[in-house]
Amino acid sequence: MKRKSLSVIVAAGLSAALALGGCARASQDSAGAPGEITMWTHSAGNPGELAVYKQIIADFNASQHQYKIVQQNFPQGSYNDAITAAAAAHKLPCLLDMDGPVMPNWAWAGYLQPLGLPDSLINSLLPTTVGRYRNTVYSAGYWDAALSIFARKSVLDKNNIRIPTVDKPWTLDEFDAAVTTLKANGYATPLDLGAADTGEWWSYAYSPMLQSAGGDLINRGTMKSADGALNGPDAVRFFTWFQQAFKDKWVDNAGPVGNQRFIDNKVALSYTGVWNAKDALAAVGGDLLILPPVDFGKGPKIGGGSWQWGISAGCPNADGARAYLKFSFQDKYLTAFADSQVVIPSTASAAAASKYFSDTGALHQFTVLSRKFALARPATPGYPVISSTFEKAAKDIMNGAAVKSTLDTAAQAIDTDIKSQNNYGF
Amino acid sequence: MTAISPSKTRVAAISSPRQRIRVDLRAERRAGWAMVAPAVLLLAAFLIVPVILGFVLSFTNARLVSPEPIAFTGLDNFVRAFTADPTFVRSLLNTFCFAVVVVPVQAGFGLALALLVNQKIRGAVAFRVIFFIPVVTSIVVVSILWKFMYQPDGLVNSFINSITLGAWQGTAWLNNPSTALAAIIVLSIWQAVGFHMLIWLSGLQTIPGELYEAARIDGAGPWRQFRDVTWPCLRPTRVFVLITITIAALGLFVQIDVMTQGGPVDATSTLVYHAVRMGYHQQQIGYGSALSLVFFVLVLVIALVQRFLTRDKDSSHGRA
Repeated sequence: MKRKSLSVIVAAGLSAALALGGCARASQDSAGAPGEITMWTHSAGNPGELAVYKQIIADFNASQHQYKIVQQNFPQGSYNDAITAAAAAHKLPCLLDMDGPVMPNWAWAGYLQPLGLPDSLINSLLPTTVGRYRNTVYSAGYWDAALSIFARKSVLDKNNIRIPTVDKPWTLDEFDAAVTTLKANGYATPLDLGAADTGEWWSYAYSPMLQSAGGDLINRGTMKSADGALNGPDAVRFFTWFQQAFKDKWVDNAGPVGNQRFIDNKVALSYTGVWNAKDALAAVGGDLLILPPVDFGKGPKIGGGSWQWGISAGCPNADGARAYLKFSFQDKYLTAFADSQVVIPSTASAAAASKYFSDTGALHQFTVLSRKFALARPATPGYPVISSTFEKAAKDIMNGAAVKSTLDTAAQAIDTDIKSQNNYGF
Repeated sequence: MTAISPSKTRVAAISSPRQRIRVDLRAERRAGWAMVAPAVLLLAAFLIVPVILGFVLSFTNARLVSPEPIAFTGLDNFVRAFTADPTFVRSLLNTFCFAVVVVPVQAGFGLALALLVNQKIRGAVAFRVIFFIPVVTSIVVVSILWKFMYQPDGLVNSFINSITLGAWQGTAWLNNPSTALAAIIVLSIWQAVGFHMLIWLSGLQTIPGELYEAARIDGAGPWRQFRDVTWPCLRPTRVFVLITITIAALGLFVQIDVMTQGGPVDATSTLVYHAVRMGYHQQQIGYGSALSLVFFVLVLVIALVQRFLTRDKDSSHGRA
């Protein structure tokens, strides 16, 4: 009797251990049932987005009987790690979404296959929502995001500050004068640049400013070196301004992350994204201004490229994955994403049907900004290293490090990495 | 579970008692192996294999994401760390600085708290619970809360302001290179001291009451009692507390990751944080492994030195 119970326990323990080791394999095997297509999203914890995906998947699965989409959701924070781990184990799902600038790194590593969607579909999308690496399309997205400066019309009028337009944005001198005026008239820190945030936000938010000043993350012509772009005179000029803005208490890196301080009217100007516009609209109403970013000399720039979809290289059902993606790019879904997430739909026709982004929509200004000023981050496999190096350098400068030497060190670190990878094939 | 007795049919077949013992032993050994198997499998998969991999990768140029083949680079990673990576050297110093302050302060503070809540006073249990609450709170949550408290207009500065009647304004604690590490030290001690209070407390409660009685009869005051009874009796606890705090302090990571990301200007970068940044964010997993190996050797050496210094000097009378 006792022996029997023991062996049962042992067997149970062993099978549990094996199951633990094997569950990852069993559930993520792309070649599960015939016609099953696995799909990973980064949207866990984002009910609005997931609801739209659920709808698309249900509709697609019902529309034909050859393929069945099986969805798994990850939290955004650990999503890239999950992809990297799965790629190392050759267990990538068929369909995966990815942050735009990371795509070249994955394409170069052999994780992805060319997207292979019809040209007519690709050409109907906003350019920044299509991921190209070395003239091949690897990814495409349902939306793009855009950055802007939020302000209250009443506050600008009261302080006699000109309201900038896309054709005549603020020059740097004008902007400096405006911030000085606001600081003198009751705003302890007039400006919120979102500096409390961390990670990719830093490159997304501040490298467009650097480009507007004439610098860049890397020399885009060759993609072989950051020297001169990241640490040239234009870059030094911009970062000196950046450092000074913190030193003069125009802006700080106190939280919270998001747009709360603007909503509470603790800051007058908030540099933030379209995703915060809905709450701002609800709080400020008709007084809300969505202004173009500052012209640092070479015209305003904002970051382009948000989350996009691609197909993994080892996908056994690539045709099914393509069929699903083609199905998913219907305007009704794009509009649903746009209105639940408050992001810019990637086709003009979906935008026209959107509550927020149609020509008369309250957030239409973002589509204008995106079309006019969006600049994608450099499409090189070295981007993750560039981004992480840029973030560290910018934070150090914010905290008072010497501008030129910090930028030199960063450019050198990026160049060392590029060389160690044989120029990433460029 | 009691010893396993052979089933009745088996007993009939076995003639001599010696044989029976051998069968029993064999069965027990089998059962033992079977019981230990799940743990061994999991340990191998999640501890032993990664450690070996990390050791091997340290001597290569392996990347997290790369189509390029891995090449052995010998000691290049280590040379780079000590000669061409100022952030690493700074992280090393910060890590030591953190440990040198945290180990004695947290251990001492924990002992003081343990002595306080060991009194026979009303509400001692409530105090124990209060001191222990930060320990069971997630360190990520604690870090985020303290990050808010340390802000220029946060709780800490408001408190300083009202205490000094506005004479002293405080600073942006986490943005100031000269105060950032100190700020993190304070919160780390606050968070973890309850755990070591509990360890000390368990040590205190193993000391027999008769010893104190005898000391009191000999006319020893509270200080003498502490010095000649409590302190010597806490020896094994002391060794344990010292080594666990040291290892935990050297592994400082979460607070940095959540609060400062190594900034301002490397003032709070630590060994583990830098290794993670290099291995994951910069995808240089070979270099990250090398940094982890340096960290491993450091912890090992320090732990061995501590073991040596706190060893039983004469084991015939020593209390192990």
